[in-house]
Amino acid sequence: MKKFINKVDNILTESLSGFASAHRDLVTFQLDPNYLTRAQKAQNKVAIISGGGSGHEPLHAGYIGYGMLDAACPGQVFTSPTPDQMLAAAESVHADKGVLFIVKNYAGDVMNFEMASEMLPFEHATVLTSDDCAVVNSTYTTGRRGVAGTVIVEKCVGSLAETGADLASCKALGNKVNLRTSSIGVALTSCTVPAAGRATFDIAETELEMGVGIHGEPGRKREQMREADAIVNDCVQAIVTDFKAKNLATNQEALLLVNGFGATPLMELYLIYHSAAKLLAAQGICITRSLVGNYTTALDMAGASITVCLLDDEIKQHWDSPVHTPALRWGR
Amino acid sequence: MMKTSFILSASLAIHAAIVAHEAEIESLDRAIGDGDHYINMKRGSEVIAGMYNELLALPEDDVLNKIGMKLLSTIGGASGPLFASFFMSMAKVTKQNVADTPLEVAAAFAAGVQAIMQRGKAQVGEKTMLDVLVPVSTQFTTLAAEGKSSIAIAQALKQTAYQGLESTRNLIATKGRAAGLGERAIGHLDAGAKSCQVMIHTVCDLVIKGAHE
Repeated sequence: MKKFINKVDNILTESLSGFASAHRDLVTFQLDPNYLTRAQKAQNKVAIISGGGSGHEPLHAGYIGYGMLDAACPGQVFTSPTPDQMLAAAESVHADKGVLFIVKNYAGDVMNFEMASEMLPFEHATVLTSDDCAVVNSTYTTGRRGVAGTVIVEKCVGSLAETGADLASCKALGNKVNLRTSSIGVALTSCTVPAAGRATFDIAETELEMGVGIHGEPGRKREQMREADAIVNDCVQAIVTDFKAKNLATNQEALLLVNGFGATPLMELYLIYHSAAKLLAAQGICITRSLVGNYTTALDMAGASITVCLLDDEIKQHWDSPVHTPALRWGR
Repeated sequence: MMKTSFILSASLAIHAAIVAHEAEIESLDRAIGDGDHYINMKRGSEVIAGMYNELLALPEDDVLNKIGMKLLSTIGGASGPLFASFFMSMAKVTKQNVADTPLEVAAAFAAGVQAIMQRGKAQVGEKTMLDVLVPVSTQFTTLAAEGKSSIAIAQALKQTAYQGLESTRNLIATKGRAAGLGERAIGHLDAGAKSCQVMIHTVCDLVIKGAHE
């Protein structure tokens, strides 16, 4: 393992301290229990809080700020945060209109947020994101995982919350965006959890992992490496099949997010975008909104995920609205 | 039977046992999980072992509850809420009815396992820690009701835990770390079941050695 580390046990606090210091105009970092909030507390709105294991930066703390999150709770690397963090964050940012948790559908995250919710003394609700369509047969599993599509949910719900909308409306929009969003990831290499010191999984130079999760957990299938268009085509087919299974018409406008897992250059991410947009157009999906970059990473994994969100006027409006966070900024 | 001194000896022994099984637990989690299970188990057992002096003078139910709360704020992931629910439920039952006899300890243990099932919304046969915990709990209650000695029960439960662990090998995971892998999970033991088997084995050995006397 070759990484920029002082002491393995200090990675998280040193990294979060650096993040908070670099973006001190936007965020504040509280230590023990760890959570981050906006530098200026927002008033008269539903407080939007997310959280999850670290190692997915800029998810979630990078999305704290106007038009997105009010607070984020970072866990240990690839490990859900704990209820005391969520309670402290909620206590700090709630502004009498309730608290909405946005939680990626992983067993650990769900259970910890659930326990926090049971202890929370004020109005609250949860949106579970489950955009990953990689899991073939959902009847056999705890359910689909929440991955890069979570960024789109956080952006749209955050935008609606700024208008003063109530908790139920924010939750409803979150659920709608999640339903209309589908993702699938491909890994070319493993990632290395610093505390483990070695690659999470073994993968040959000639192989790829189709449907990988954002922690390097195995996905749909181990396959042979091949040219980019063929890989992207399989991803696009999986997404289109998923929309059809959900009875969503695919002849409409969409947002295409090509997300890097941490070690794939932007040059390749744009190549994937080029390929995916063409293939989606052939399926009648017209890409009118785009996001390309590292938005939901898996430490140092090489690979990328493709996310498509089917737009309607409401989602479009909340995607386009101004946002000002460390990792996403436009219109303001 | 389940005195504070025993709980604390068990927590030290569990920490040592988890560390001793690092390679095995980690390789299982690497095969069909996301590689954080050992780190989380180590962090959790280490922090509890470190509470030894703080807990020494407290009554049993208090100790169990404090262990649960500490695990909840330390481990994270799925293991945190699950093990926390286990200890907090055990604490509740122990408070109502001091766990002196094997039957009373079995009842407290059963309440803890029940809490894990509720929190994780899982059953036996889903390739999780419950494949070890549920058969152990059932067997514990049965043997205690038959009036077996602590040592006889401990010897039997080591066996049951091991069989439970082995039963995960040929299961498709429908809950937990390997859910979503489908048939690729077949042939691998579940890492969470492994660490539970290690912990039960350790506590049973303590009982057999009479370390709680």
